[in-house]
Amino acid sequence: MSAQNIAPELQQPLFEYLLRLGDDRLILGHRLSEWCGHGPILEEDIALANLALDCIGQASVLLKEAGTVEGQGRSEDDLAYFRDAIDFRNLLLVELPKGDFGFTIVRQFLFSTFSYFFLEKLQQSAHKPLAGIAAKTFKENLYHLRHSRKWLVVLGDGTEESHQRVQNALDELWGYTEEMFYMDQVDEALMNAGIAVDLQPLKEQWLSMVREALQEATLELPDPDVYQHQGGRTGFHTEHLGHLLAEMQILPRSYPDARW
Amino acid sequence: MATEKNVPEQDTQWPRWEVFVQEKTGEPHQHAGSVHAPDGELALQNARDVYARRGKVYSIWVVPAEHIVATSPSDQGPFFDPAEDKIFRYPHFYKVPRGVKNL
Amino acid sequence: MAEDNGKLERFEARINAGEKIEPKDWMPERYRQQLIRMMSQHAHSEVVGMLPEGNWITRAPSLRRKMVLLAKVQDEAGHGHYLYSATETLGVTREEMLEKLLSGKAKYSNIFNYPTLTWADIGVIGWLVDGAAIVNQTMLAKTSYGPYSRAMIRICKEENFHKKQGYEIVATMARGTPAQRKMVQDALNRWWWPTLMMFGPHDKDSPNSGDLLRWKVKLKTNDELRQRFVDITVPQAHAVGLTIPDPELRYNEETGHWEFGEIDWDEFWRVIRGNGPCNKERLAARRKAHQEGAWVRAAAEAYARKHGREPGKAA
Repeated sequence: MSAQNIAPELQQPLFEYLLRLGDDRLILGHRLSEWCGHGPILEEDIALANLALDCIGQASVLLKEAGTVEGQGRSEDDLAYFRDAIDFRNLLLVELPKGDFGFTIVRQFLFSTFSYFFLEKLQQSAHKPLAGIAAKTFKENLYHLRHSRKWLVVLGDGTEESHQRVQNALDELWGYTEEMFYMDQVDEALMNAGIAVDLQPLKEQWLSMVREALQEATLELPDPDVYQHQGGRTGFHTEHLGHLLAEMQILPRSYPDARW
Repeated sequence: MATEKNVPEQDTQWPRWEVFVQEKTGEPHQHAGSVHAPDGELALQNARDVYARRGKVYSIWVVPAEHIVATSPSDQGPFFDPAEDKIFRYPHFYKVPRGVKNL
Repeated sequence: MAEDNGKLERFEARINAGEKIEPKDWMPERYRQQLIRMMSQHAHSEVVGMLPEGNWITRAPSLRRKMVLLAKVQDEAGHGHYLYSATETLGVTREEMLEKLLSGKAKYSNIFNYPTLTWADIGVIGWLVDGAAIVNQTMLAKTSYGPYSRAMIRICKEENFHKKQGYEIVATMARGTPAQRKMVQDALNRWWWPTLMMFGPHDKDSPNSGDLLRWKVKLKTNDELRQRFVDITVPQAHAVGLTIPDPELRYNEETGHWEFGEIDWDEFWRVIRGNGPCNKERLAARRKAHQEGAWVRAAAEAYARKHGREPGKAA
């Protein structure tokens, strides 16, 4: 299915869906890129930059496809640089400040585990360009998962201090995990057309993989009744996103007539 | 001005591992450099991130640097010279009748 | 002493014959010390050099530019890594080298003590600073110390795109809006002279040059390299309509070289002694990253020990 022959009633949901996926990776990539030059050891500085590059690369193709589906002539840069916070569709999880290395690792692990199951399914999307992007992203994500899972275990089962730091990060981030499985009429419309992934069945798989890793890392599963924050998918963000965008968008916004 | 307390007293940059990279199947693994890592799995991951950023890698070996046993320059004579006069190891040492092929 | 003299003679004969010196070979202590100084400074420069450009990663004006810059700054981490790695073959640990950097005892290139004020700085750094580095590193790829030479060959290959991406930014801005043209000329004005200083003092004021040249650690003098850089760069500035901020700059038809004005050596020495615009910020940023990473490094070591996975016991 190419941009031209998307059923008209699916065009808006698909655009929205691509923004969700693209924005997740753009904002996460931004947070990861903040580590560049400030990592805990040279090798890890290089590793985090690789993750950031993957995420921003993924965001770039997803937003480009979003622009194509929308059909208004907006490029990936227009979508990244000329939308306001209320028009961003990323998870709250990815916009939280990068925190310490433990926080960054726990977030990456939770998101990459989710992405593993999600992208596995998305490769079968009836929207062919999306299926193609999913296949490439799935491969990159396999390494993100391996890297973050290893570090989760190392830090969880390292020193008393490292254990406490990642346990705190996990407890704090847990309240932002439910949103990964959020679905609304956008998903429903696209699921009926075989384009989107049903997220509900992924939850058990995700939890089971997380639980297994936490056990190896000697970490406690957080309180399941912790308050779950939601809102990113519909533009109701934390205050952090506005600051992130102010920084990210400053040049194109200040000089709208310039090309770089 | 800097003082001692700016730097943690017992810093660790982790042990060193030598990295060998094979770019294609059928080719030998070649020494690429080293990485620091606490264990083998992270040594592999670090080697991947440091030496395979530009693709073109098929396989990576990592070896704890301290496990490498090497000759020293004083071995040069006794180790390698004797091989030099054994020219019978090379095909041009042998004389065969002219015109005989595929030897 | 007589024996040492014999060794020195053989060492210099090997160097004159174009042989590479390898880590376990005998070498004069001064050769080893000069290499450690020079190579670790080079490594520190790569790592501190991540900071001024890293300053613009989160503000890059397009996704393409963002990825390019991130990849470039990451390469600098990688190149610092290769260089630390090569320096370790001389019997010094990375812990020791970092201690010297963080305590302020070791030097790194002066150029990274200047601030990046606009996006044009990212273009100009790639074009000028990487351009100067390439001139220097192309020479160092032929240096007499094997591990240094191998690291340099790898680095030169990877840095190919660094200068080009910088010049692309410069060229784009130079034909852009009036605001962009102003930014890019301003960046050139600020970076030109510090870049010329990167090659170091005049040959007559360079105390280490003699031995380094004799032992083929360096193959060209500071002034020769600086001249080569100017000759390459001036036409590139003119091609995009930029003005080099040097009223004395003129082309000598006879020699085929661009002649240029005198460098402000007071500024050079002032920045080396710690009083450049960003010396304190740069060192503070490195220390902060190092300190905040201490618990991570300690945790990983504790984990490996706990599970019998440290290299001595690696399965």
